[in-house]
This record gives sequence, C-alpha cells and structure tokens, in this order.
Amino acid sequence: MTATTTSARSELSELGRSETALRTFLHGLPGVDQVGAEQRAAQLGTRSIKTTAKAQAIDLAIRMVDLTTLEGADTPGKVRALAAKALRPDPADPSCPHVGAVCVYPAMVPYVAEVLRGSAVHLASVATAFPSGQAPLEIKLADTRAAVAAGADEIDMVINRGAFLAGRYKEVYDEIVATKEASGDAHLKVILETGELATYDNVRRASWLAMLAGGDFIKTSTGKVPIAATMPVSLVMLEAVRDFREATGRQVGVKPAGGIKTTKDAIKYLVMVNETVGPDWLDPDWFRFGASSLLNDLLMQRTKLTTGTYSGPDYFTLD
Amino acid sequence: MSERVAVRKTYKLFIGGKFPRSESGRSYLVQSSNVSLASRKDARDAVVAARAAVKGWAGATAYNRGQILYRAAEMLEGRREQFVALGIPGDEVDAAVDRWVWYAGWADKLAQVYGGANPVAGPYFNISAPEPTGVVAVVAPESPALLGLVSVIAPAIVPGNTVVVAASPSEPLAAVTLAEVLATSDLPGGVVNILTGAITETAPTLAAHMDVNAIDLTGVTDAALATDLEVKAAENLKRVLRPAPADHDWSVVPGLDRMTALLETKTVWHPKGV
Amino acid sequence: MFEYAPAPESRSVVDLKPSYGLFIDGTFVDPTDGGSFKSINPASEEVLAEVAEAGAQDVERAVRAARRAYDKVWGPMPGRERAKYLYRIARLIQERSRELAVLESLDNGKPIRESRDVDLPLVAAHFFYYAGWADKLEHAGFGANPQPIGVAAQVIPWNFPLLMLAWKIAPALAAGNTVVLKPAETTPLTALLFAEICQQADLPAGVVNILTGAGDTGRALVEHPGVDKVAFTGSTDVGRAIARSVAGTRKRLTLELGGKAANIVFDDAPIDQAVEGIVNGIFFNQGHVCCAGSRLLVQENVADRVLESLKRRMAQLRVGDPLDKNTDVGAINSAAQLERIRELSDAGSAEGAERWSPPCDLPDRGFWFAPTIFTGVTQAHRIAREEIFGPVLSVLTFRTPAEAVEKANNTPYGLSAGIWTDKGSRILWMADRLRAGVVWANTFNKFDPTSPFGGYKESGYGREGGRHGLEGYLNV
Repeated sequence: MTATTTSARSELSELGRSETALRTFLHGLPGVDQVGAEQRAAQLGTRSIKTTAKAQAIDLAIRMVDLTTLEGADTPGKVRALAAKALRPDPADPSCPHVGAVCVYPAMVPYVAEVLRGSAVHLASVATAFPSGQAPLEIKLADTRAAVAAGADEIDMVINRGAFLAGRYKEVYDEIVATKEASGDAHLKVILETGELATYDNVRRASWLAMLAGGDFIKTSTGKVPIAATMPVSLVMLEAVRDFREATGRQVGVKPAGGIKTTKDAIKYLVMVNETVGPDWLDPDWFRFGASSLLNDLLMQRTKLTTGTYSGPDYFTLD
Repeated sequence: MSERVAVRKTYKLFIGGKFPRSESGRSYLVQSSNVSLASRKDARDAVVAARAAVKGWAGATAYNRGQILYRAAEMLEGRREQFVALGIPGDEVDAAVDRWVWYAGWADKLAQVYGGANPVAGPYFNISAPEPTGVVAVVAPESPALLGLVSVIAPAIVPGNTVVVAASPSEPLAAVTLAEVLATSDLPGGVVNILTGAITETAPTLAAHMDVNAIDLTGVTDAALATDLEVKAAENLKRVLRPAPADHDWSVVPGLDRMTALLETKTVWHPKGV
Repeated sequence: MFEYAPAPESRSVVDLKPSYGLFIDGTFVDPTDGGSFKSINPASEEVLAEVAEAGAQDVERAVRAARRAYDKVWGPMPGRERAKYLYRIARLIQERSRELAVLESLDNGKPIRESRDVDLPLVAAHFFYYAGWADKLEHAGFGANPQPIGVAAQVIPWNFPLLMLAWKIAPALAAGNTVVLKPAETTPLTALLFAEICQQADLPAGVVNILTGAGDTGRALVEHPGVDKVAFTGSTDVGRAIARSVAGTRKRLTLELGGKAANIVFDDAPIDQAVEGIVNGIFFNQGHVCCAGSRLLVQENVADRVLESLKRRMAQLRVGDPLDKNTDVGAINSAAQLERIRELSDAGSAEGAERWSPPCDLPDRGFWFAPTIFTGVTQAHRIAREEIFGPVLSVLTFRTPAEAVEKANNTPYGLSAGIWTDKGSRILWMADRLRAGVVWANTFNKFDPTSPFGGYKESGYGREGGRHGLEGYLNV
C-alpha cells in the first residue's frame, strides 16, 4: 500500500466519528446519472460469450454461487440436502466445481455445518433480524454471535434502511461496526437492500458507508422485497468498490442477490465485473451470486457444453 | 423682417449607435442633400459594431426585445410627417409602422411557434429552440424605401440578430431618418447599423466578411452581382437569402420565412432519471 | 483471465453480387459513359463488389427519370399514398435489418454491435417517422398548402451510409420530392440494397435513383441544371464548393458539414457516466462522426481523476473484426482516411502534446488506428482545431464556466457540444451560450428521427430530423 492510500485510509476511518463528517463525505461523492448507468449496464449485457469463454464463465459462476434458502419452511433435512448439493452440484460429473457458500438462517447453521465441515465451501448465515432488521441492536448482535458460534464463517447483515433514508448515517455506520465486531473472524457481508434505497446516488452512498464501517462485502438485496439485484445497481456497487480500493488500498467484495436465475444473467454479471473492476474481482473471494435456482441452470448449460445435448430440469435436483 | 433660415440636416452613416461620416470623407448628392458614401472600411467598422452588440441583444429577454421594438414603432409613428416630407407616401409610412408592430409582437412568440419539444424514443427531455444566427448583412430593397427597409430589418433583429444594412442607394434619406428613429428608441447601439452609398462597394465586403453569419440579398437587382455575393458568402458558409423577385409586393403581410431564415435551431438533450 | 472467445456474426445473411449497376428509373442499368470501381472491406482489404461509376450522361438519365416521376407520379400522388410507400420501406428495412447491418459493417468497417443496435434501428425509425408526415404537411407549420421543391440531388458520406441515406430520402419523399442520391464511393453497397428494397416495395420508378461514383459524379449531380434542391452531408470544404456552385441558381441548399465538438466535464459531473459519454463521444464509429466530442474540456480540479478513469475505460475497448459481436472499435473506413488520422496525430505529437493509447493488438490487414488521447493540448494545436474524423481525443482543461464556453465556441464549427454536471441551472446557462446545433447534457451522441440535427457556422445550415427536417424539402 502506498503512503497516500495509507493516509487516505486513516482519514476515511475518522469519518465515522461524526455525523457531519459522514454526511459531508457521502454527499460529496459523484452523482450517478440513472439513464447513463442503466445504458452502460445494458451495453455490457450485449456481450456475446460463447464456446470456451462460456465454459470458463459457467464454472466460475458455479464457484461464486451462495446457494441460498431463506424460507420459514426450511428444515434440517432440506438444508442438509442443499449443503450436499453445494459440495457436489453435479454428482454425475466430478469435474464440476463446488459452489462458493451455502446461505441459510441462523437456526439452520448447525445442520449445514455438519455437512460442510472440512470442505472449502463457506457457510453464510443471514443475521441482524434479517430481512427487515427491525429489532433492537442487542438482539441483532446476539443473532450474529449465535450464527458465528454455530459455525457460520460469513455473516450477511442488513443495514437499517429507515435510518439511512432519514439521513442518520452514523447510526447505520455504528451498527455495521458493532456487527463486524460481533462477527469476529467471520466475513461480514453488508446487505444494502438497494430495492428500498430508491436511487443510485443512495446505492453509492450506502456502499461507501458499509465499506467505511468495515464491511468485507457489499450485497444488494435480501431477496425479500420486490426489487432485488439489477445490473445497474451492481454496476454502481462495483464502481464503489473499485474507487474504495483506489482510495484506501482495501478490496471489498460484491454480492448481487435475488433475481439472477439464468446462466445468461450470470454471464452478464461476470462481463460487468470483468470490464468494470477487472480480473481481481473475478474470484469467489470477491464476487458472489446470492441465488438458488441459478445453480441448476448453470449445471444444465454446463452439461450442454460438455455433452453437446440440452439437458432438462428433471435431471438436476430441486432443492 | 428677414425670413428664418432653415437648419439643414447632415445625412450620415449609423454605426454602433453613433452617426459618423464615412471615414473616406466622401458623399454623394441625393434630393439636394449630401449623403455619406460608405467605404469598405465603414462596412468593416459596422460589422465590428454589430458583432459587439450581439451578446447583449441576443441575450436580452424576448419580452425586452419586443418592448424595445414596439418603442421604435412609437417613435416611427411620431415622425410620420418627417418621412412624408422626404417624399415617402403617408400610406407607406403607416404600413411601415404596422409592419414594425407586427414583427415586434413576434419577439416572444417565435420560439413557441418555431421550436418545441421532440418526443424522442428514450428517457430524455429534448427540446428545440430557435436562436439568432448572429450578424446579418442586409442589402435593402431599392424601393419602397421605407417599407422595404423596415421589412428586412425588423425580421432580422426581432429574434436577436444584429444587422449591417446597405440602404437603398437612390433613396437613402429614409434610411438615415429611420436610423434617427432607432437611435431614440432604446435600441442598443450596434443592433442596427446603416450604410449609405454604393451597393457595389459595401455589399462585396460584407459578403466576404468572415465575421458575418448571414446575408440577405433581397435588394440586389443585378443578377451577376447577386451570384458574386453568394459565391463570396460561401467562404464561411453564410446563410443566404436570395434576391426578391422584382415584382415582390411589400404591402402583403409577411410570413415567418424572413425570420426563420436567419435563425439557428438548437436542440438540447437531457436524460430523465432520479 | 476471462478472455471472450470470437463471436462472429454470420456473413451468410448477405448475398453479394459480383457487380452492381446504377439504379435509374426503377431498374439497375449499366453506366452509359461512366466506368466502375471496387468497394472493399476496410477490415480486410478484400474486394466486396465491383460498382458502376456514373458519368455525366448517367446523371442526365437519372435526373430526367426523377423529373418524370415527380411530374407524373410522385408529385400528384396524395400524401396518404406516399405515406404508405414510406411505411412499406420502413417495414422492409426492419425485416431485412440483419442483412443490412452485416453489409454495412462489411463495407464500412463499423462494429456489428453499432450497425445492428444503432444504425439500423434509426434508419427504420426515420422512414417510419417521415412516413407519417406525408399526409400532414399542412400541419407542419410551413403554411396551409406547402409544396414540394421538385428533384433533389443528395450526396452522402461514408460514416453512416444507410442512416445518412435515410436522413436524406425519407423527408424528401414524404414532402413529395423525388431524389437522385449518390452514396460515398467507399460505402455504396447498402444504398444499392436499399434500391432493391425500393423495388420490393413497388415504389414507382424514378422516385428514388441511386448513382454510385466518386467526387466527379457528385459534382455532375449537384451542378445539373435540372436539380431543384441539393442536400449534402460531408466535409466543410466540399460543402463550401457546393455552396459556390449553386450560387445564382434557383437550387435550394442544405448542408451538414464538419465539427469539432467540445465535451465539457465539470467537477460535479456524474463521473462514471461522463467517462462513458467521453468514450461514446469520440470512439463511437471509430470517431467517424461529424458531431464527435473530439475536444474534451475538463475542469482542472478533476482533470487527473477523469483522465485516469478514461484511460482505465479505454483499456477495455475491444478493437478488431467489425463482425465480431464484442468489437467496440472497428476498422478505419479507408486508407486515405487512415492517412489523414495519422498525419494529424503525428502533428499532435510534433506540436508537443502527449499521446496515449491503451495496449491493443491491431490486425495486420485492413485499416486500423488505436483509440488515442492527447493531453497537454492547447487551443492553438492543430489537433484542437481541425476535424480528425477518427478515434483521437484532444484533452484541454478549464477553470471557470465562462472559460469553458469561450474555448468551446472558439472554432469555425458549431455542430454539437456536451455538458456534464449535476447542476441543472449550470446546464441551462451553458446550453444558452454554446454555439452548436445539438447540445447533449449528461449524455452524448444520441439521435432520434424527431430531433432536429444540424450546425451553426461552418458546420452547415438546415436541419435534418423532426418537423424542422421537412423545411429543406418544401417551398416555404
């Protein structure tokens, strides 16, 4: 790290001490023109990724999947099956890579941990009164600690959107700092719930806020509100992590979640990562897809590329 | 008791709001009066004055331009007898006043009629609005000396252009008298500049001048001269109004074309987003 | 790490003939007194087809055919019937858009992504838009009973061959004129395919005539005494010559000429979108765009940051095979144009500006020029004054809005300008003062058939597009 980024980093770390400093900084970030951002995202979506590039992209996308189930009806049996699938997504093909992580509610963490123990697949737990975040801070932190104690090595927290939209940035900041502390060694993914932030300017500000407060990843959505991840929202977040690394030297990951269902979608995202932040982020340590049905489509397309025959949903497990 | 000796008027050029003699010191005789015979240098000086006036005149509000032009009509009406004394028929003076009033009213309407919103196929605000082209050189019609002159000056300046006018060589007294009207009507100096003398001397200079944006050849009756001027005007791609037909009826209420020929349409795009 | 495999668009959709005649009076004919020339693919230098070069007698034939069609068929035809022919053409273009896009990329060198996503949709939209005017001319604001002018001679450039054809032919026909159009000598093929579309639409013979050829053909056409209207898009020098040649005639003239647009970036701009706008402004269509944002005026206090972002973004541009769907920057249209770009770029270096291009492998055959920026440019440099018409950006700085306006307007051209700032009142203040026919604020290089396009000063006169675009084709 250069001397400039070190000093910039320490300057930026001071921001969290004052509401005014945070506000001044966040409101001083360059604006985002909605139309321009959406056009750029759409343009990236027109890339044509074929043959060898497609095969490479599919395997990378599989390794980036946070295989997720976040339902009230989740059971130990269901999450165990999901974890098994995470380890061997295509039992018929041992060359198929495992996914990045399994993502579940805190109560389900112990069952998943049993299956994943000793593997390279990470175990992510949502926490902090996911998805609304509407609980007292002590409860959110207890939620976090419990998940870590049960074996989660990644925590997906939600920010306090009410406080953010009301301009109480320090409150949001402090919660992230506290959750980071409660997470211990676990990686902290900060869910911005961009569908509730309404503007790209807010997405950029929330991204910076989360990074300034120590988040290891910024994540678009809970999947529980009508608008989940979109290409332009993810583009703005990618630009934010790029600029943040430039300013501080620290690299932060990005996780679009919800709504990414097809291989075609996933490849568009990978193209966007490639052309916005570059190869440093084309790695499961720095980019993840929060998804459930995406995996099966990736597997079907993978089978098509390896066998030349189109597969069908009946040949892949539905968990 | 001796009769009172009249004070005669010296007919001079009108440049930058002032009434200089030709720098060449030349004049020619019209209706027993000496009229300045403008030189090429006078034409260049007039262009400089016209250019200097563009910013203020084009930048004035349309309402303000309309007010000033209406004021000019009031002044014109007040000097009716003076024009009649020069031999301009009273009807023509009246028509000239009416013409001026007609154009004055366009100042704050033209952009609405000639511009507008464009429904582009995308999330954009898109609007086209007319703007003045800048400095316009005008060869005024030989006659009718006043109505013809008003009919070429008013449409040029209403939208915010400034003009250098080569007045009718045979009937320049009306032009100089009109300059006196304009000089007393709040019109900023340099918006209208009037040269008297030979078209063959001033017009080629104006047509070739690289700081003139458009040329109105309405009053050029010699086809070869008109062609020559148009060729010269091509050097910096001046907007060109070709000569009017010899039988043009100046009494007919005009359309927008004399104004729109001296306009630029500017189209502005901006995205619509949150 | 993530290499995109080649993704070529198939050429098989295009059925090229070995040679093409002139399209006169509804049929393809051999030239009477002309010769022929070859149209090549600038990306490979392969010959695509042999094309007729119209001579003076061919011009005579075409003008006569257009006159006959004007007098006998198209002039007297009710607007609503003319409209239906234009709608037909619009539909045929939509149906054959893939074929036209591939052919355009082959002949011109532009990326298929652009011919497919920009040129062809705009071409169809332009015909569709003007089709609707054909029976509503009395509502266009040019009097109660506006009349066509007659026979229009139209000469178009090579940068957007089919789009420029559409900009010329659609309003002319909607207003009731007939046309003789000459496409550029390096890009005649889509115009000839358009001639086939006219046949397919059963457009009456002589309404559209296409004469291929070079400068001599164009000169003979615009100087033909049987022509009532001349419309030209191309260089300012040729525009000047045409303006001289029509002097003293009855011919009406509209000109769309060169430009040296300023793209002005303020310190409060949405930076990421501004960088996209800068890239789109100068590298779209290899910079072969008369309204290209070829001068970047960036506020001094953000210049370093903007340049850094710009360079990073430029490194992502994919230069190469125009038919590859992932190509961003295609081939330079001709050897002559490449030579001019090289000459001016060398002048930029020689005059002391600092030159930068991202690393990029250029193909061995064909005409190529890497995306290039020059920093440390002043208003006095040739690269800041002359139209390069290539992927070369000159970067200048400014400190105040007034200085930006002064520098932006300090050119004989006045076609377009860009403004990037988050402050609305500043946009309007700037837009008022910029002497340019099109001002893009927080966007760049956007086109639409409803939106008038054309320049101030030496960028020409008249407007194309929108209601205004009819004016040049009506006796008003």
